Amino acid sequence: MNTIEVKDINKSYEKGKVTALKNVSFNVGKGELFGLIGPDGAGKTTIFRLLTTLLIPDSGEAKVLGYDIVKDYKQIRNLVGYMPGKFSLYADLTIEENLNFFATLFGTTIEENYHLIKDIYEQIAPFKKRRAGKLSGGMKQKLALCCALIHKPEVLFLDEPTTGIDPVSRVELWDMLQKLKTEGITILASTPYMDEAVRCDRVALIQEGEILNIDTPDNITGQFNKKLYAIKAGNMYALLKALKQYPETDNSYAFGEYAHVIVNGDVENLKSFLEKQGISGIEVRNTLPTIEDTFIAESYKP
Amino acid sequence: MNNNIVIHAHDLTKKFGNFTAVDHISFEVGTGEIFGFLGANGAGKTTAMRMLCGLSHPTSGEASVAGYNVYKQQEQIKKNIGYMSQKFSLYEDLTIVENIQFYGGIYGVKPKEIKERTQILLKKLNIENQAKSLVGSLPLGWKQKLAFSVAIFHEPKIVFLDEPTSGVDPITRRQFWELIYEAGNQGITVFVTTHYMDEAEYCNRISLMVDGKIAAMDTPANLKQQHSADNMGDVFYALARGAKRSE
Repeated sequence: MNTIEVKDINKSYEKGKVTALKNVSFNVGKGELFGLIGPDGAGKTTIFRLLTTLLIPDSGEAKVLGYDIVKDYKQIRNLVGYMPGKFSLYADLTIEENLNFFATLFGTTIEENYHLIKDIYEQIAPFKKRRAGKLSGGMKQKLALCCALIHKPEVLFLDEPTTGIDPVSRVELWDMLQKLKTEGITILASTPYMDEAVRCDRVALIQEGEILNIDTPDNITGQFNKKLYAIKAGNMYALLKALKQYPETDNSYAFGEYAHVIVNGDVENLKSFLEKQGISGIEVRNTLPTIEDTFIAESYKP
Repeated sequence: MNNNIVIHAHDLTKKFGNFTAVDHISFEVGTGEIFGFLGANGAGKTTAMRMLCGLSHPTSGEASVAGYNVYKQQEQIKKNIGYMSQKFSLYEDLTIVENIQFYGGIYGVKPKEIKERTQILLKKLNIENQAKSLVGSLPLGWKQKLAFSVAIFHEPKIVFLDEPTSGVDPITRRQFWELIYEAGNQGITVFVTTHYMDEAEYCNRISLMVDGKIAAMDTPANLKQQHSADNMGDVFYALARGAKRSE
C-alpha cells in the first residue's frame, strides 16, 4: 500500500471559475521524500489542503495511510503533521507555549518525542520565551516544523518550508528532512526552488494545476533530449538579446553566470553570428540539464 | 558604467537597544549598477534598506541616496527612489491602469505624461487587453513585472527591490530580470535582494551581509575566485555558515 494515493483529482474555486487542479494523480511510498516542485499558483497548496482533509475535491479520490480523505478525515488528522505555507501558529504564545500546546492537543509531551525535533529546536531554544509573532521568517518556519512533528506523525506535509529562508538555512532544513526519513516518516514537501528537487527521492513538476512530470530527479533530467549549451560573454544583457535574434535558436535564457541555449545546427554558426553582432568574450561549452532546464522546456510554449 | 555614485554609505549603523542590527557598513553604488544585497535571514538587510529608503533613522554613520542625506532629507529620498517587494507591490482591488495612474499621481508625474507612458508600458508588458482587469486576478509573475514597471514609472534614480521574484516561476523570473537589465541600461540603479543564487550571478556587484556587517563585496566572478567556488551558492554558504545570529 502506498502511504499517499491521489487519483484523478480535480478542484476548482469560485464556483468553477478558477481551476486549481486538473486530473492530478500520484502516489507516495512509505518513507519516501516526495517533492512538489512548481511556482506560486501552480496548485501545490490545494494538494496539501486536500490531503490534510481541509478541502473536498470536485472529483477524484485520495487516500492517506489507507484512509479516504473525505470519509475518514478524523483518522487522517491524528496521523499526519501539517506545516502550512502561511504561518499559522499562535502569535501571542511563546515558542515554548506553542510547542506545548500542540503536544497536549495530540495527547503527548515534548519530552516523549524530543529526539525528533532536537536538531531544529536547539536552534530556536535560546528564544523560547519570545512570542511567535515577534520571530523572523526563518525562526517561524523552524518552530512550525517542530509543532508539526511533536506528535510523531506518520506522514509529514510541508508546504513551502524553505520559502523566504536564506540558502544556508535551506540546506540545513533539507538535511533535517533526510534525517526524519530514516525514522520512517513519509514526507510530502513543496518548493518553488527548482534546485531543491535534487534533495527529494522523487518529484512531481507542477504548473497551472497540472503535473508535467513525475520521476526521480535524475530520470527527469535524463529525459531532456536536446543538446544544451552554456554561453558566457562580456555583456550578459547584449548576449541574451542576440541569442533571441539568432534564427536557429530553439530556446535561450539566463542561467546564473551563463546563458543556456538550445540551438538547431552547428553551434559554431551561432558563435560567428554572435561575433558579428559585436558580442565579445564569448565562451561556449556543453552543459548538462538541471531540473530547472527541464521545467522550462516542459512549460515553454513558443 | 560610469563613476557617478548614487548610493554612498559610510560606517552606517543601527542599534535597537543593545542589539546592533547594522554594524558600520560602508559601500558605494554607481549609476546604472545592478547591486545585489545578499545575506542570511536576520543579517540586517531589511534594516539597512529601510535606512537607505528614508524610512528609518540611522544610529550613527553617514549615508546619502541620490545625493540626499538619510538623516535630514528623507522626503527628497522617497521622491527619487522606487520600491517594490513581494509582499507590497500593487493594490489588488484596483485595475492595472488604476494602479499605474495612482502611483504616477502619488509621485507627481503630470497627467499627460501618465497617459502616454501608460500606453507604452501596457504595450511593453503585452497586457493591453488586460488593462481593465483587477490586479488581484493576475498571476503572481505578471503582478511582479507590473509592480516593477510601476516602481520605475516616475523614472527614479534608484529602485530598491526586496526579494521581488520569490515564488515566481522560472520563465517569468527571467523575464523579470530582463526588465532589471533594461532599467540598468537606462541608467537606473538597481538595489536588489534575493534568495535565488542564480540571480546573484546576474548582478554587477554583490555585497553579502553576515551578523550586521558586510562580510564580502565584489563582482560575482571575483567572489567565486576568492572562495574557489563554482557558484554563488557555495560562496554564500562559505561566508554565512559561520553566522552567529542565524535570525
